Amino acid sequence: MPATTKTNFELVSNGILNENPIFRLALSMCPAVGISTTVMNGIMLGIAVLFVQVFSSCTIAAIKNYIHPRIRIPTYTLTIATWVTVIDLVLAAYMPAAYKEMGIFVKLIVAFAIITMRLETFACKNSVPASFWDGIGMGFGFMFGMVALGFVRELLGMGTILGYDVLGFRPLLFFVLPAAGFFCVGIMMAMFNYMEIVYNRKRRAR
Amino acid sequence: MNISKRNYLLSAVWVVIGIFLMAGCATEHRFVKKTAFKETHQIVIEFAGPVDEAWAKNASNYTVYEKPDPDIKLKIQGVALSADRKTVTLTFTDALNQSQPHVLTANHIASEGKTLGTAILSVKKVYLGYLFSILIGAMIINNFVFTKYLGLCVFFGTSQKKSTAVGMGITFTIVIVVSAMMSWFLYQFVLRPYRLDFLQIVVFIGLVSLSVQAVDTILRKVNPLLFKAFGVYLVLVIANCIIIAVPLILADNEYNAFESLMLALGAGLGFLIALFLMSSVRERLELARVPPTYRGLPIAFVVAGLFALAFLGFSGMSIF
Repeated sequence: MPATTKTNFELVSNGILNENPIFRLALSMCPAVGISTTVMNGIMLGIAVLFVQVFSSCTIAAIKNYIHPRIRIPTYTLTIATWVTVIDLVLAAYMPAAYKEMGIFVKLIVAFAIITMRLETFACKNSVPASFWDGIGMGFGFMFGMVALGFVRELLGMGTILGYDVLGFRPLLFFVLPAAGFFCVGIMMAMFNYMEIVYNRKRRAR
Repeated sequence: MNISKRNYLLSAVWVVIGIFLMAGCATEHRFVKKTAFKETHQIVIEFAGPVDEAWAKNASNYTVYEKPDPDIKLKIQGVALSADRKTVTLTFTDALNQSQPHVLTANHIASEGKTLGTAILSVKKVYLGYLFSILIGAMIINNFVFTKYLGLCVFFGTSQKKSTAVGMGITFTIVIVVSAMMSWFLYQFVLRPYRLDFLQIVVFIGLVSLSVQAVDTILRKVNPLLFKAFGVYLVLVIANCIIIAVPLILADNEYNAFESLMLALGAGLGFLIALFLMSSVRERLELARVPPTYRGLPIAFVVAGLFALAFLGFSGMSIF
């Protein structure tokens, strides 16, 4: 693949819509199911992933000419691990409450397939600015997915948004249960599929 | 295929038997033979030789606390010494919570005029039972896939056919046991003594890739037949977050070697169970009439949700 010709805006929107990490690529599902119970969790983990994605993309894009192709995967893994350590220590120091809520998932960013995949398919072939914008797009795409899931689950399960009482009652307590994460992701994926089917049908009719 | 399966099963059985044999004789001080709970209020310490009566009867020589709360010292009501002066029984004012491991410190043990140093002992309810409960806990009660929501990418990727699911599960179990033991060793003997805890993510991910590579190379040389059957799954193992989560959990909880092994084994077998259950359902789903919008991953997620609800029934269960 030659260097990308897309504009910065296209790079960002690509990550949020066409190649949304959670609903379209179906990568990094663990946090989407595990801790999407509230909007706040989604935002916090989204920020962490955004940070790691952008910084590792930029690092790899900057040093891509010095990496021997044979050891590129270990190099990616270690780069990601370094940035995850940084964000892990920063969150533990400055936001202990949110850090405790997210538990082990901050450390597990290191095993998220989405970050390695972006380094392998994008950052190692493109310039630093393009990789930066791609990282921003992917990070916000992930955050968008997490916030959407968190919004549905928090609203239906607790009747609140970001901790503020919106509905005044709890419609479906079931959605707070961790097991509901599976149902939520499944239904949302089906909705994305449905939109795609409708969109394709319209285009064919035209 | 049949032979290779039997080989795996046999070696797994031997590993388990070996651990149970070794676990029976684990103490932390050379002069102490055994520590155990007795009835509801008592802890019994058995020494290798006779101890001085004046030392043994002095209650201030012992401090006992529950492992999670080192600040709360338990009150000792009385100390009894057996006739041969080898067994000390501590009686406490309150009943002990025997499901928690307790830490017992015996200061400056005096025996026949010699002092034998301070012994820090851990007291656990029937050790084998405790290990077994860790195994079952990681395998079923806190199944990593259905109650901790880890390793989902690989879980959904390899649960389409039963044969794939079993192959992946077995390969994963072996790799996770190897890598968890290695990272436990490295954490306990290198990272912690030198205060390099903050490097744990970098070190563990490196170790995991290393052990995957090692299993790959060894299997290729030792048993090409097995390698042909399970080699494909080795690459996928590293994309599974359980394999990095287990060393992190071990490091957080400060488990010892046997407990770590049991947790790793339980995590691996739990993943195998989850994969097998899921693949059985998905093979049938192939024949079912699923609405087009739900075909593929969405329906798989809904099925996994049902499984997760079922596994919720195990929560809060305790065996010993």
